[in-house]
Amino acid sequence: MARKITYQQAINEALDQEMARDQNVIVMGEDVAGGSGAPGEQDAWGGVLGVTRGLYAKHPGRVIDTPISESGYVGAAIGAACCGMRPVAELMFVDFLGVCFDQIFNQAAKFRYMFGGKAETPVVIRAMYGAGFRAAAQHSQCLYNIFTHIPGLKVVVPSNPYDAKGLLIQSIRDNDPVIFLEHKALYTMEGEVPEELYTVPFGEAAVVREGHDVTIVAFGRMVLKAQEAAADLQKQGIHCEIIDPRTTSPLDTDTILESVEKTGRLVVVDESHPRCSMASDIAGLVAEQAFDSLKAPIRQVTGFHAPVPFSDALEELYIPSAAKIVAAVKSVKEYK
Amino acid sequence: MSAIQTITMPKWGLSMQEGKVNGWLKQVGDAVEQGQEIVEVESEKIAGAVEAGATGVLRRQLANEEDVLPVGGLLGVIADASVSDADIDAFVADFLSNFKPAEGAEEDQGPTTQKIEVNGHKLRYLKRGDSGKSGEPMLLIHGFGGDLNNWLFNHEALAADREVYALDLPGHGESTKDVGEGNLAALADTVAAFLDAVGVTSAHLVGHSMGGAVSLTVALRHPEKVRSLSLIGSAGLGSEINTGYIQGFVSAANRNALKPLLADLFADSSLVTRQLVDDLLKYKRLEGVGQALSTLSGNLFADGRQNSVMADQLAALGKPVLVIWGEEDRIIPVAHAHAVSGKVQVEVLGNRGHMVQMEAANDVNRAIARFVG
Repeated sequence: MARKITYQQAINEALDQEMARDQNVIVMGEDVAGGSGAPGEQDAWGGVLGVTRGLYAKHPGRVIDTPISESGYVGAAIGAACCGMRPVAELMFVDFLGVCFDQIFNQAAKFRYMFGGKAETPVVIRAMYGAGFRAAAQHSQCLYNIFTHIPGLKVVVPSNPYDAKGLLIQSIRDNDPVIFLEHKALYTMEGEVPEELYTVPFGEAAVVREGHDVTIVAFGRMVLKAQEAAADLQKQGIHCEIIDPRTTSPLDTDTILESVEKTGRLVVVDESHPRCSMASDIAGLVAEQAFDSLKAPIRQVTGFHAPVPFSDALEELYIPSAAKIVAAVKSVKEYK
Repeated sequence: MSAIQTITMPKWGLSMQEGKVNGWLKQVGDAVEQGQEIVEVESEKIAGAVEAGATGVLRRQLANEEDVLPVGGLLGVIADASVSDADIDAFVADFLSNFKPAEGAEEDQGPTTQKIEVNGHKLRYLKRGDSGKSGEPMLLIHGFGGDLNNWLFNHEALAADREVYALDLPGHGESTKDVGEGNLAALADTVAAFLDAVGVTSAHLVGHSMGGAVSLTVALRHPEKVRSLSLIGSAGLGSEINTGYIQGFVSAANRNALKPLLADLFADSSLVTRQLVDDLLKYKRLEGVGQALSTLSGNLFADGRQNSVMADQLAALGKPVLVIWGEEDRIIPVAHAHAVSGKVQVEVLGNRGHMVQMEAANDVNRAIARFVG
């Protein structure tokens, strides 16, 4: 049986192996080297949750600790990418990307287009996202939908260790800017991951579970919640098909539409706020392109149109739960 | 011995923890014979049928179609017509109250694969069975693009009275992706070196497809290592081969390209589950696999035919040979089954395709067990 490692280790391994393979791959961000210059470099923490641990010692000079200025070093990473490097900039929390929107939206995402295809920007911006850590409203958002909206960006939301490694390697090798989002609650998740390098292509959804009653499309951590719900529903005789798009841009619309054509029922699970979300995007896609197949209204299970609460009780209520998914699936299954 | 026999959820392959009931082939009250297929079951990877372990009457079906049961869970009960319903109910209640499904991956799940260094390269293999048993050792060699999991229905059954190894050839599974020269001689020499490395002086070789051609080459280059040859849908016995499949498999980059190709492997194409396609895609996406497969297919199957035909050399070897083929094989024509002369047994199984060891596992296992004695 293949070796098991965590989601966090899978990301570290992808960075390590790509840095070893290609000298142009560099890592930059706040505290990513961790304890550099001091004794104990080998074991220095490396990043706010230790994801880049050990890289500084293995790849000297290519793990760059930056000042606490996201707009500065994200811009620098984008510039370096235009000049031939393959930077991976770590931004701690996706919530902080707000201060770099010009660099990301108006520069990185537009270079290829505005320079008539003559410029490439092979930059990866990694960031943590998601609720469940009691990290309050400014450190808990789920913002992949905002980047998905912008043409010129690719957006990746791995839900397991295997995909995390393969998608990160693909992100580094891709010649366009990639926003790579890691759910903090998944870092300790274990799974089988090959030791070799491999890539998972963008725009190819994974069918996590097959079923013929209801299609559930879920993103990132919500894939696990959907699996929990589907196992429960199976016992009640309802067979769910779970689709994990893996990348929100590009989006594998074919796999979603084919599944809904088979089941006739759709529930979308998205941790984001409900307005202008992936949930509403996919609901719109299916309503427009698979209307004749639908046997029931589409249901969306999302967070609320409210900041993520800090209170334990309220935060748990905020996050879509397996119980809410079960209820949504039953409501579309029983719809007359 | 109890007059009441259980039919339980089988364990097909190391990762299987539960299976789904696809349908009953026998109804309650039907007479069944030992070895008859009773119920169809599906794991994440593959579908197959569970056989009756005893002759009698199917007295209970304890799972319905679409039910999911853990490995070892009770599917049904076979007993003589004379056994009372009360006895059967008591037996079932007793079984259910004592049954505990195996815990997740943390627990001991029985045999696990190992890695061994052979000529400076890592090879993965799985050993089942006990060297203390009477039978001589056996080695299972998969085909082009396969791995040791191709034997998931066979490995344990064949290991009932001998130690049985299955390996991943270079370029395959979790073994090195460096195929060296990438021809049959190189693969055969690696297999011979593997046998040395695990301390087996000679073995019964069972080869499927390209693995059959590898087995043949081992027998020609290292005859002292080979007790017998069981060749299943084997390469190396004629020049025809479905090169559309080979080339398609090498170049397929996504599920939509791969899935129709895999349907060619089975007479019953519904056996190609999504998980099977996904597992093969994961393999194909490993660094080095594309190169390994192109090198091998370029050397072995260039110009739309098999470049190495060894059927004529078999008789001179004097080794016992068993040839097994699925009549509906769409990769290598069944006509090749009769190309071998000399001391040869031939078994052609109707309504089965190239992956006959999966599609007709019980028949193939019995044929090999009889043959090696």
